[in-house]
Amino acid sequence: MAVRWLVAMGQKRITKHDCAHVAALARLQLTDKELERFSVQLGELLDHVAEVESLDIADLAPTMHPFELFTPMRLDEPGEVLDSEEVLSQAPHFENGQFRVPPVLGEAL
Amino acid sequence: MTADRLDVPGLGVSADTEWEIVVGLEVHAELATQTKLFSASSNRFGGEPNTHIDSVSLGLPGSLPVVNQKAVELAIRVGLALNCTVGPSVFARKNYFYPDMPKGYQISQYDQPINTNGWLELPGGKRIGIERAHLEEDTGKTTHIGGSGRIHEAGYSLVDYNRAGVPLIEIVGRPELRSAQEARQYVAELRAILVAVRASDGKMEEGSLRVDCNVSVRPMGSEALGTRCEIKNVNSLRSMGRAIDYEARRQIELLMSGELVAQQTRHWNEDDGCTHALRSKEEDYDYRYFPEPDLLPLDPDPEWVEEIRQRLPALPRDRRLELAKAAPSVDVDHIALVVERSMDTLTLVAIDEGGAPERVMTHVVHNLAEGSGELTAGALAEMVQMEEAGELTATQAKKVLSTLVDGGGSPRQVAQTLGFEAIQSSELASIVDGLIAQYSDEWSRYCAGETKLTGFFVGQVMKATQGRADGKVVTQLLHSRLEP
Amino acid sequence: MIQPFGTATDIAAAVRSGQISASFVVDQHLGQIAQLEDEICAFNIVTVEQARSRANEIDAQIAAGEDPGPLAGVPVALKDNLCTRGIPTTCSSRILEGWKPPYDATVVELLHQAGAVIIGKTNMDEFAMGSSTENSAFRPTRNPHNLSRVPGGSSGGSAAAVAAGFTPIALGSDTGGSIRQPAALCGVVGVKPTYGRVSRYGLVAFASSLDQIGPFTKTVADAALVTDVIARPDGRDSTSISEPAQSTARVLHEGVAGLRVGVVAELCGEGIDSDVAARLQEAVAALEEAGAQIGQASVPAAIYGLSAYYLIAPAEASSNLARYDGVRYGLRVAANSSPAMNIATRSAGFGEEVKRRIMLGTYALSAGYYDAYYGKAQKVRTLIIQDFAQAWEEFDLLLSPTSPTTAFLLGERTADPMAMYMSDVCTVPVNLTGQTAMSVPYGCGDDGLPVGVQIMAPALGEPVMFRAAAVLEASL
Ligand SMILES: [Mg+2]
Ligand SMILES: [Zn+2]
Repeated sequence: MAVRWLVAMGQKRITKHDCAHVAALARLQLTDKELERFSVQLGELLDHVAEVESLDIADLAPTMHPFELFTPMRLDEPGEVLDSEEVLSQAPHFENGQFRVPPVLGEAL
Repeated sequence: MTADRLDVPGLGVSADTEWEIVVGLEVHAELATQTKLFSASSNRFGGEPNTHIDSVSLGLPGSLPVVNQKAVELAIRVGLALNCTVGPSVFARKNYFYPDMPKGYQISQYDQPINTNGWLELPGGKRIGIERAHLEEDTGKTTHIGGSGRIHEAGYSLVDYNRAGVPLIEIVGRPELRSAQEARQYVAELRAILVAVRASDGKMEEGSLRVDCNVSVRPMGSEALGTRCEIKNVNSLRSMGRAIDYEARRQIELLMSGELVAQQTRHWNEDDGCTHALRSKEEDYDYRYFPEPDLLPLDPDPEWVEEIRQRLPALPRDRRLELAKAAPSVDVDHIALVVERSMDTLTLVAIDEGGAPERVMTHVVHNLAEGSGELTAGALAEMVQMEEAGELTATQAKKVLSTLVDGGGSPRQVAQTLGFEAIQSSELASIVDGLIAQYSDEWSRYCAGETKLTGFFVGQVMKATQGRADGKVVTQLLHSRLEP
Repeated sequence: MIQPFGTATDIAAAVRSGQISASFVVDQHLGQIAQLEDEICAFNIVTVEQARSRANEIDAQIAAGEDPGPLAGVPVALKDNLCTRGIPTTCSSRILEGWKPPYDATVVELLHQAGAVIIGKTNMDEFAMGSSTENSAFRPTRNPHNLSRVPGGSSGGSAAAVAAGFTPIALGSDTGGSIRQPAALCGVVGVKPTYGRVSRYGLVAFASSLDQIGPFTKTVADAALVTDVIARPDGRDSTSISEPAQSTARVLHEGVAGLRVGVVAELCGEGIDSDVAARLQEAVAALEEAGAQIGQASVPAAIYGLSAYYLIAPAEASSNLARYDGVRYGLRVAANSSPAMNIATRSAGFGEEVKRRIMLGTYALSAGYYDAYYGKAQKVRTLIIQDFAQAWEEFDLLLSPTSPTTAFLLGERTADPMAMYMSDVCTVPVNLTGQTAMSVPYGCGDDGLPVGVQIMAPALGEPVMFRAAAVLEASL
């Protein structure tokens, strides 16, 4: 089994360009070197997980959760509320009881 | 959405092409719960910033969502009222970054929504399909401060999470609306339903009802859908109508000049009456939906759903039908208005207790716009009966009505207190006869067919009685005195 | 006189009966920490003041004739991804450095109610992503048995703290083996309860559908004691199991006579070091000796566990870690727009392994790839559950090594993520199925380092699993 895992198939599944796109989706900025390294490593990993492609599992239902149960529901009753000051004291930047952030781009004028 | 679009410019388009507007609406309504969808802090409008917060609505590390049963019940009510199939559903994460999205994802429902495949009937009888009505949480609120007003130049933003996690139902209608007028009717009807089942207060101005409009156009008779634009920020039915009309005209002009409509999200600007591009499709987010692992599937017990169905209040459409049956000669718009104001029960009971349907409706529509206050249906019926019997003039009835609204009581007593005692018909007859003698010239002309003199005589009677006479009765008396 | 470094069971008994004071117990352990922590680096923070004042509270309760509970005066160390009100909770990440949660995790409340004394927060792989505790943003933890070796991970700090005698009990979290593997490498007992058995409320999420909290202890009896305290239904966690838990401590001595025990062929073959395999065989013999029926079990799909795991866990993690955006808490790196601030903060605040997994998970969920990766992994998960279900028809318990090797050298696998991921090959399947499993120390490898044996049981099979663990422990 270990051998199965360690054998690389050498097929490059992720380009640096893909990598940069994924990084943007995840709000990460990667250096050129990181992009290079990650595209190789992620490609290797995806080659390995491709072993599951050989499995005949098209008809199986996906498992989202180990046990087939249904979600419990709580009553619509007010409960614990956090203290505004305690919460804001942990914020990197706050003003007048609100969290302060740099301007948001890409929205309406 | 559809395979074939009209993306070839100028395809079959000429100067005299007639255009059809295609509109599909996505409506977000806040559900009227006490607490948030997944946590126990307050769902109340307003309040100091960041005071209705808990670990879940702030997305603190280690916090976990637990579903609010009331929100589910309200969503089921809406689903049933919209003739949807209510079934098992799965919460999903919609991943995107925004400062007022505390977890970096919104918990919504994606491929398995709680309500699917329903419809809503416009007052005229046309049915509009409802694709789905699902549960999701609201975001917080970002306010831009300072700078030149152009966001990327300067200034900063402040974030308040009081609204974060408030339960919403998103109702996705099929693109089956064909005009701004129909879109307005659709939203009005949807709002009436939401209010009727007490799922939401339906206030568009306070943002508890928000409408996004998907608008496209196509040559009349064409089956394919044109490229659509989604319009955000319409804050009233009026601005929604204006936005749809503007957007349709914009698209038609583009197509007529041989250009393409780009699929975009556009923002309605109330001040200049135009829509403006926000972002184009290429910049669209990749939301990476996947089933929310912190929650299990939601599977409402069919018995519970049945119980909710049994307790469902009468819906606007049924209430309109019932009212129309009770007052058959009344205008449909007035029927709709009375139901919308939730005065149909009062009206029905007043008619049932003997009030003439048209008179009852006239009062409810025109004189009770501010509400019925202390007025009971019985009092309304009695007052209308007095009016019909000539014991009250229309003017007097209006005054009696407003007194009844303010303080309740019996119309007969109120009329007495106000000095609106009915003039005995014998007294009225002698006044009429006296006037005929006094104005013999005018009377001869009236007898000769100068009917416009009716007004003159009625006016004189009113003067003599200080307005206590009923114009209709006076007219009848005048007629009865004509030479045969 | 009870010796200060006794088991949790002994300490609680002595404190409850007034033989020793909680303050004495706490001071003894703080003394041990003062002596060795510089070399081992098990802790991110030792909460000296809070621990002393809490010990005084316990002693006052005893003096007043009250019973502080089953863990009276017992020191407990918490993995630094468990929220503690007012005490920094960092997940060994720069992005959460200095964050003080405004609430306690449910397990922390339960430990308090049982009379325990929190003595500190332990080091870990950043956000629990790793198998050696070398991915801590602060410093690596060392294996108390040999300082040149890793303690395993991601709960390496907790495992090392128990092994070094800093505390009789530590809690960790197990997403793919993060309790069992370091327990094996450090020679202590480590338990991953059934998914949903212990509330995750207040556990900083890595992969929500796999994460479980569990204990590290020196003895099986102590593990049972702690499990009974923390395994409770909790309305704040929707995935919490609502039925009350069966006691594990009460059945500990019932033995294994007549139990059907299977050795999982797919987890015992190639890739497992021979000394590790030899210890497993000795453990099997010991169970047989005690009356268990031994057989060869097969769970064919188990070999696909790592592949499914390395799609599912990063996917969930990519979403769970989106909240670290520099807005509400933790690190912020300034920039002139909100998106730029998010990017700068996350790029500076997350370490390399965390970034790698966020990238992998984001990719696996992104448009066009969902079905091929995440969707398929969820189906593999179903397949593994089915294969285990078959095995449970024949067996009451299953056995395998916990880790393919004993503790490896610091730095040995850091350059090769794939080699590091291999460390979890035996432990991962059980996280995917939600079943319970534990690692029990069973002798040493050729290098003199501890070897662990993994006992797996069906969902909610903790009582029977602990019976076998007690037999193994007694057979040494
Ligand atoms: Mg939408
Ligand atoms: Zn929505």
